[in-house]
Amino acid sequence: MDAQVTAKTPDTTTVSPVGLVVPPEGHRVDLSPIARRRWENFKANRRGYWSFWIFLVLFVVSLLAEFIANDKPLYISFEGKSYFPAFVTYSETTFGGEFETAADYRDPYLQKLIVEKGGRMIWAPIRYSYDTHNLDLPTPAPSKPTWMLTEKECQAVVERKKLSGCRDLEYNWLGTDDQGRDIVARMIYGFRTSVLFGLILTIVSSVIGVAAGAVQGYFGGWTDLLFQRFIEIWTSVPSLYLLLIISSVLVPGFFVLLGILLLFSWVSLVGLVRAEFLRGRNFEYIQAARALGVSNVVIMFRHLLPNAMVATMTFLPFIVSSSVMMLTALDFLGFGLPPGSPSLGELLSQGKANVQAPWLGLTAFFTVAVMLSLLIFIGEAVRDAFDPRKTFG
Amino acid sequence: MDATSAKLLSVRELSVAFRQGEREMLAVDRVSFDIAKGETVALVGESGSGKSVTALSILKLLPYPAARHPSGTIHFKGQELLSLPEHEIRHVRGNDITIIFQEPMTSLNPLHTIEKQIGEILELHRGIRGAAARARIVELLTQVGIPDAESRLSSYPHQLSGGQRQRVMIAMALANEPDLLIADEPTTALDVTVQAQILKLLKDLQTRLGMSLLFITHDLGIVRKIADTVCVMSKGKIVEQDAVERVYTAPQHPYTKALLAAEPKADPAPLQPDAPLVVETRDLRVWFPIRRGVLRKTVGHIKAVDGVSVGVRKGETLGVVGESGSGKTTLGLAILRLISSDGPIVFLGNSIQGLKFKSMRPFRRDMQIVFQDPYGSLSPRMSIADIIEEGLWVHHPNMPREEREERVVRALTDVGLDPEMRIRYPHEFSGGQRQRIAVARAIVLEPTFVVLDEPTSALDMLIQTQIVELLRELQKRRNLTYLFISHDLKVVAALASRLIVMRNGRVVEEGPAAQVFANPQSDYTRALFAAAFNLETAPEGVVAQ
Repeated sequence: MDAQVTAKTPDTTTVSPVGLVVPPEGHRVDLSPIARRRWENFKANRRGYWSFWIFLVLFVVSLLAEFIANDKPLYISFEGKSYFPAFVTYSETTFGGEFETAADYRDPYLQKLIVEKGGRMIWAPIRYSYDTHNLDLPTPAPSKPTWMLTEKECQAVVERKKLSGCRDLEYNWLGTDDQGRDIVARMIYGFRTSVLFGLILTIVSSVIGVAAGAVQGYFGGWTDLLFQRFIEIWTSVPSLYLLLIISSVLVPGFFVLLGILLLFSWVSLVGLVRAEFLRGRNFEYIQAARALGVSNVVIMFRHLLPNAMVATMTFLPFIVSSSVMMLTALDFLGFGLPPGSPSLGELLSQGKANVQAPWLGLTAFFTVAVMLSLLIFIGEAVRDAFDPRKTFG
Repeated sequence: MDATSAKLLSVRELSVAFRQGEREMLAVDRVSFDIAKGETVALVGESGSGKSVTALSILKLLPYPAARHPSGTIHFKGQELLSLPEHEIRHVRGNDITIIFQEPMTSLNPLHTIEKQIGEILELHRGIRGAAARARIVELLTQVGIPDAESRLSSYPHQLSGGQRQRVMIAMALANEPDLLIADEPTTALDVTVQAQILKLLKDLQTRLGMSLLFITHDLGIVRKIADTVCVMSKGKIVEQDAVERVYTAPQHPYTKALLAAEPKADPAPLQPDAPLVVETRDLRVWFPIRRGVLRKTVGHIKAVDGVSVGVRKGETLGVVGESGSGKTTLGLAILRLISSDGPIVFLGNSIQGLKFKSMRPFRRDMQIVFQDPYGSLSPRMSIADIIEEGLWVHHPNMPREEREERVVRALTDVGLDPEMRIRYPHEFSGGQRQRIAVARAIVLEPTFVVLDEPTSALDMLIQTQIVELLRELQKRRNLTYLFISHDLKVVAALASRLIVMRNGRVVEEGPAAQVFANPQSDYTRALFAAAFNLETAPEGVVAQ
């Protein structure tokens, strides 16, 4: 019966701004049309799109740092057996040595033992880890990049190791720091620490911030009022001094630092999410959901959160980069990660202390600059992707 | 139109195309019409037919370069407007040709006083300021019928009613004595009673000042009242163009015929005096406190709903009518316990007043609501299936997937949509289709009682009729009980078996719909009916200004 009514003048002319509607094949795995359009917008920002891939490659490579820079071989075949020293600790006696201590594979004595018994070692491309001291430095540490050394400078080491010249030395591509540790290795590990720290801090503080903002915005009234005043007081605490005090009391490890910074970084998203929820809770589809008897929690998650996520996602890359900056700054001041851990801030402060060794400062500067630029470019592309005018225009 | 010299504006073969990414969409397709001096031309058509775009291109107000004109000329007093450079067209805008928009809430700057807003135009085009400008502003405000104009000068837009704001907009448009006034749906956002007043004002001003009027609307009833010539637009083309009486008495094009026939048939559900009461309220009150001072002491109340007693019997439709601000929607929300209220509410024999959110939940299955705005009431990030089955998740959490899907398909079929569409997202649907989806969401739980809060107000005439038919059909098939809230009396007349008329939160008149329509008792009801059916204004003081 109803068909007759509609047949008279059909209002079924679907005006689709996307053009041809592609019927999704899967059920829920498929990207919604909005998400697909956003991805297209993201790709349209070429700089951000390439930055995204470069950053992803760098990040994955740095996650595999143990395979790139390691002072233990990845694999040893010795007397018909396989060993994986990079992952398992073996004692020197395993390979015919004298001590029960962990094997030092960089020791020429141990290397000789293995090779003489027909063993084979596969090394990572760089035979230093972040904490390996190069004991054969031709000049006092911080030592220049090996390819910049003159024959005269390396003469002593070359003669001691019975090599033919500088070019046969084990390379420190970017030189060493003031304790004779390879800078490339420290840079790779430091990059990984920074990015991981930034990501974890961002994710945890976003979760807390979004939850707090959501509760305030959705319930409003007294909840909102009290929470807002609390945040005002909390943000007016001079966080830098507090950080310095706390990190002088607690031993500042990775997670302690994360916790301390988290205390203050979660507030950054609260205002934004709160505003989105305040706006969103008066939408008619929220009223409609209430009329259906949908509970508050479900309304917040299913209906309101996706709206608030747009603003949140736009901010995320910028929060990551500011978290990275914070860690670098603390390390630079000496209140960050414990001594000896690979960190870009520590490298920077070494560069400051050793102006005669510019490779320290330059490496740290370019690493931080490239990392932050990539993150900012990605952030810009994300902002474009979520721009409603670009989406629907 | 005897001679070409009498033609004030002449549009020839005008086309407008919009670029969207790679594609180009033709919004207006070779449209031609003339406006003579002192004449009123109406552009009629449903939303998306290109009528507003046509009007905006006269003043080159489109978003260039996304928009362009593949063909056409617009001659105004011998000048070609389309090829005029931007700085010259600015002299025409607001001076020779002015425009008033639909939404009086957003077309005035909320931070400027009335005096400043009108004064700005006078200063810009005429260089009048100071006492001279002030005198002219008072004169203009008096002209558009704002009482006690002198004291209104320092008012801000939020201190005025919707009708008064539209009057201020008209005063601004008249400030420089234009030759042509373009009115783009000037009364759509207003109450019927105010609409009648504004139309009367426009007509009076036109005769007095001898200007021409280009009137854009989707409402054929208005056209008959105001226009000399009608251009009916559909899908970017003018399909029919003639003198107003000829279009009404002898329409040529099938689209015009369909438009004229698009009056919802009056066939309300019969009264059921013996059926059980579904909803009953006694002396229901929704008072919003007004708080002042440091201690936020309650100094008074805004009485949105003030002592309303209603009873709806099973299978009936109770129509609720009244001007905006009369408390219709608040009443609907209060009955559904979506806002807090005082006074007993009995639903299917149970008292539901004061129940907590959780204890309300079992009742929600039987009471549903359909909102006015089909664009705002569907979550843009959920597929149609997700939207419709949400209620099933709440009330039947253990229902197997197949059954849930079956119920969704059935609901979609019931509202006349293809069930295959359920994987799509709301933005792919037109307004009418969205409203059908909103109805499907309400009926999928098989409720007894549905509140319809202006479900047709945001829709075009043709679609309105379809939705009214759909609602009637569903009511018959499922024995539904409706509370139908609307300011559009034609639609109410088509559906309501009983009627209550509200004003300022109180019921001024109630009874069987047929009886109230035939023989309204109060002045207010009579004024409401006169405005809605005949576009006649009421004597002062009976309705809002």
